[in-house]
Amino acid sequence: MAENSDNNAYWSANRRIIGISLVIWFISSFGFGILLRPLLSGIKVGGTDIGFWFAQQGSILVFLVLIFVYATKMNRLDKEHGVDE
Amino acid sequence: MDQFTLNLIVVGATFALYIGIAIWARAGSTAEFYAAGRGVNPVVNGMATGADWMSAASFISMAGIISFGGYNTSAYLMGWTGGYVLLAMLIAPYLRKFGKFTVPEFIGDRFYSQTARTVAVICLITASLTYVIGQMTGVGVAFSRFLEVDNLTGLLIGATIVFFYAVIGGMKGITYTQVAQYVVLITAYTIPAVFISLQLTGNPVPPLGLFSDHVGSGEPLLATLDGMLRDLGFNEFTQQTDTTLNIFLFTMSLMIGTAGLPHVIVRFFTVPTVASARSSAGWSLVFIALLYLTAPAVGAMGRVNLIDTFYPNGTSAEALSVETIDSEEKLDWVRNWAQTGLLQYEDKNGDGLITYVADAELNELSVNRDIMVLANPEIANLPSWVIALIAAGGLAAALSTAAGLLMAISSAVSHDLIKSQINPSISEKGELLSARISMAVAIVIATYLGANPPGFAAQTVALAFGLAASSIFPALLMGIFSKRVNNKGAVAGMLAGLGITVVYIFLHKGWFFIPGTNSFTDADPLLLSIKSTSFGAVGALVNFAVAYLVSNATEEPPAEIRELVESVRIPRGAGGAVDH
Repeated sequence: MAENSDNNAYWSANRRIIGISLVIWFISSFGFGILLRPLLSGIKVGGTDIGFWFAQQGSILVFLVLIFVYATKMNRLDKEHGVDE
Repeated sequence: MDQFTLNLIVVGATFALYIGIAIWARAGSTAEFYAAGRGVNPVVNGMATGADWMSAASFISMAGIISFGGYNTSAYLMGWTGGYVLLAMLIAPYLRKFGKFTVPEFIGDRFYSQTARTVAVICLITASLTYVIGQMTGVGVAFSRFLEVDNLTGLLIGATIVFFYAVIGGMKGITYTQVAQYVVLITAYTIPAVFISLQLTGNPVPPLGLFSDHVGSGEPLLATLDGMLRDLGFNEFTQQTDTTLNIFLFTMSLMIGTAGLPHVIVRFFTVPTVASARSSAGWSLVFIALLYLTAPAVGAMGRVNLIDTFYPNGTSAEALSVETIDSEEKLDWVRNWAQTGLLQYEDKNGDGLITYVADAELNELSVNRDIMVLANPEIANLPSWVIALIAAGGLAAALSTAAGLLMAISSAVSHDLIKSQINPSISEKGELLSARISMAVAIVIATYLGANPPGFAAQTVALAFGLAASSIFPALLMGIFSKRVNNKGAVAGMLAGLGITVVYIFLHKGWFFIPGTNSFTDADPLLLSIKSTSFGAVGALVNFAVAYLVSNATEEPPAEIRELVESVRIPRGAGGAVDH
């Protein structure tokens, strides 16, 4: 049972990291790039507004950082819970 | 050396490279054929995934779509990259731990249901086959345009090359060929973009150039482009004209569709561990982002160059005259591309000028969006070896995606149908042979459909993403993240999501894509402003809701299924899962 409860702790830690990551994923693309674009139109970047930048470039850069941060955090979590290979 | 000989040499050299790799990477076992022996380095797999993912459409058409659609087309950029975040966190690592060969196999095992597996196989084959038709027509077009052979001959040459390395090498041959194809396609895409960015903005990095100042006007490039378009009556590049609801749902559909397309998911079966599946998704996005960050720059700068060409003294001055087009050497490309029909100009009002404006009555120039990539080197006066590179790059993009799709189809047939349902006692050797035969048959069918594309071929991308988003992605997600969803719930959910999405597409595009049988159009859709291409996300929601309701009203999955879910969540032991 000890192993089982540790697996549960590992899984909820994983879900927590995923949850935070997906909030950032959503805000950078659907948020800044689409829904909030009219609100942010006052902030100018390179001849246009920041919403346009997020939609065509910023969100992709955020996605890249997110995946590598997730992979690194999970490698550490795997070791902590002794489930790495 | 003339352009034709140069094209021939560059394309010939890349083809020789692909064949050489195929001979070196022969597959000797089913594990090698289906999953490249699970020994592929995560960075190498990322590069192969990049080539697998970026199709003829990404390479040839996307920059043009952005060029003419501006901000509204951001869904492609966010959707086709954001899907990799979902893959890395929600799908790839767990399916790698599961350790088998196909996506339908996971759905069948997790939901202990042959029906679920068959539904997944049908979705997979439909999505992959519609996708592959586009690649094969792309191969034919690239050959006929750059190598002056007719469409069918070009298609047959392309099919023979794919046949060679896919049938002999399986996933192993495809993986290493895709790495070479990635290098060819990204080089071909980036070089003209760098030159053009330098000419227009003085910045050699196209994604930075996009947000820099325009050398000619001293104003920011995007502000300059918006101003030019305004003068001619077009919508501004940065302006939103589509509804927020439709852009939102289209982006979501492309994202979850990406994370549910089987030919992408299986690429993560080739890496050695769960940890490497996660990092490999990151590397895939690195290699994909190199093109996707460049594409909007190519689109915007291409539009600036196009308008500059037809308004040499600015949009408020006189348009280009027919006489100039006929006499100036640097406008050779206008005449050349007019011959292909991709660019058409006609002095309708007889004033000697070619007027390019938004008003259809007055406009005298029509430009196919593919020109933005295909003619880019000529518009910017780049050397002829760059043009040869574009030919090789387009072919690399089409062939690599076609091979990945054919791989997904053949493994679904040999592993999910023959091995699992028709002849379970088949030996490893027999299964390997049947996988090779399925691959060969799939290539023949795809070649035939590429040569005789059904009228609806262009519409079916919506279908491929709709199927993946509404059926496969939700089933995988629930299979991993819920222990409660059972066989009945999963099957009911998949059928409901799939059914409503397909019906919605048919209502707008015609039943089975037969013209005239549609009741609605995407310009005036059935539900709010939701176009049929954006409906996959709604179908996915229906799938989740039905699956949860049905599962909660029926019995819990058996203990061994809950153990299976426990085991895919834990990385340790993925290596040992190879032999089974």
